[in-house]
Amino acid sequence: MNLISISGPPSCGKTSVILKTIEAFKEKNLAVGVVKFDCLYTDDDKLYEKAGVPVKTGLSGSLCPDHYFVSNIEEVVQWGLARSLDVLITESAGLCNRCSPYLKDVSSVCVIDNLSGINTPKKIGPMLKSADIVVITKGDIVSQAEREVFASKVQMANSKAVILHVNGLTGQGAYELSGLLYKDSEQLTTVRGLELRYPMPSALCSYCLGEKRIGEEYQLGNVRKIDWGDEA
Amino acid sequence: MRAEDLKKLSIAAIIKRYPFVATYLEDKGFDITDTSDRTLEELLSSFDEEYQEEFAFNPEQFMEELASYIKDMLSFLGEEHSGIHSISILPGKDKSGKTEGFSPLTIEKGEIVAIVGPTGSGKSRLLADIEWAANGDTPTGRVVLIDGEVRSDDHRFSLNKRLVAQLSQNMNFVMDVTVEEFLTLHAKSRQVEADEVVTRIIEKANHLSGEPFLATTPITSLSGGQSRALMIADTAILSQSPIILIDEIENAGIDRKKAMELLVGEEKIVLIATHDPSLALMADKRIQIRNGGIQSVSKTDEQEKQILGKLEEIDKLLGDLRKQLRQGETLSLPAE
Repeated sequence: MNLISISGPPSCGKTSVILKTIEAFKEKNLAVGVVKFDCLYTDDDKLYEKAGVPVKTGLSGSLCPDHYFVSNIEEVVQWGLARSLDVLITESAGLCNRCSPYLKDVSSVCVIDNLSGINTPKKIGPMLKSADIVVITKGDIVSQAEREVFASKVQMANSKAVILHVNGLTGQGAYELSGLLYKDSEQLTTVRGLELRYPMPSALCSYCLGEKRIGEEYQLGNVRKIDWGDEA
Repeated sequence: MRAEDLKKLSIAAIIKRYPFVATYLEDKGFDITDTSDRTLEELLSSFDEEYQEEFAFNPEQFMEELASYIKDMLSFLGEEHSGIHSISILPGKDKSGKTEGFSPLTIEKGEIVAIVGPTGSGKSRLLADIEWAANGDTPTGRVVLIDGEVRSDDHRFSLNKRLVAQLSQNMNFVMDVTVEEFLTLHAKSRQVEADEVVTRIIEKANHLSGEPFLATTPITSLSGGQSRALMIADTAILSQSPIILIDEIENAGIDRKKAMELLVGEEKIVLIATHDPSLALMADKRIQIRNGGIQSVSKTDEQEKQILGKLEEIDKLLGDLRKQLRQGETLSLPAE
């Protein structure tokens, strides 16, 4: 089984890109399944069901979604193997822009859209910087110049990645993406022992543990303050 | 240059050798004026572990990325702007598996080719095949040759060697900047000196559009026609891609004939997906698509060219009337 981790900011078009890529995988007679990670709510599972692929949803609730991802990825892989999938796609939203759920030796794709502003590639951390492939969406509604400028900003943020434009509505580029992603030789049976490409942000303060009150006396653990310098 | 050799050099030396690295470092938030006499290694080692963790910064990864960026930029800058002379499309199969009915088609730079066919007939797939330089590895099985050769994977994946630039009726400007700032940004992203090229693009765009705009006009307040004109002039002059794909351009507010002349003059290969007869007839050849495959390729013949003459008269009439409207005049037909 091939494992592919796809992530990207909310509403950038991950699900559309994945659905179009699934069509391309199906043309090649590959069995695909999806595990969707989200925070509070998702109904993308219905879209995947409609596309006729096995889907499982994981909602992290009050936990950091990417911490939740890592804690569950091995079980996810076993779920895919039990269904004899050729390709298992995990989809997750990088909600704080600092996280990156990518594992070493597992294909990783970051999806980002042309409408998100030209400084966005700089603002997104390892999720963009350490991806193997960066997919840029929503190119059909902005000018050629903006596409080129945006892509060059992505290239500056991650010069090693293959950068592809995919149209989530028409599927243009999705067939090519599917070709880049699937490797017949790669047969994963477990992710136990693999490592994250990048450590996740750490936080363990009183607010992580349910504190609601404001004020210094309630702030315990790993707490950090803005450096105000001389400003009063 | 390898990452290990690179880090032994001072920042100033690196920038002197590869001027584009200055933008790269600035973009990453490095203060290059302050640290110019330090070597890159020294600079990188000044970031302590806490900083690295805070900002998700990995010095080794950074070095590799910089080396790979320099490599990409060098290969990009080393190539001539219009390095590609022709593309050839070799037949594949349509949706029912039938071999396509045309002999290998070669399109030279400066040529205009129209693509026609019902919605869903496979126009997007043809364009995707061209963009990807298909080598029998797409659903159609077509092969697309660039200057008579199969394109290498390196070129296929390189951002700076994208074959196709696209223009369509649905595209908009979304950045909140003036025309001049916008074009400067585009020029900078391509490592092109901005001043002259920006002036030239604005001049050309105003030549295409009925209503002139200024360098200081915000791009989001341009009219539909002005936007289209600016997009075409910018793509013709500043886009690196040798092939321009146009997906239907409405007649309003832009002189399409001049637009085609501009693109051809810049030695682009122009593909137009359209059902507008006057646009389609500006093309030298026409590709008919049906059921996922190219059904036939035809040349625009003399009889058709005569129709084009008539259509141009109608277009001109419409244009004149539009101008009268804009200027608050009473509409009148020219005397017969």
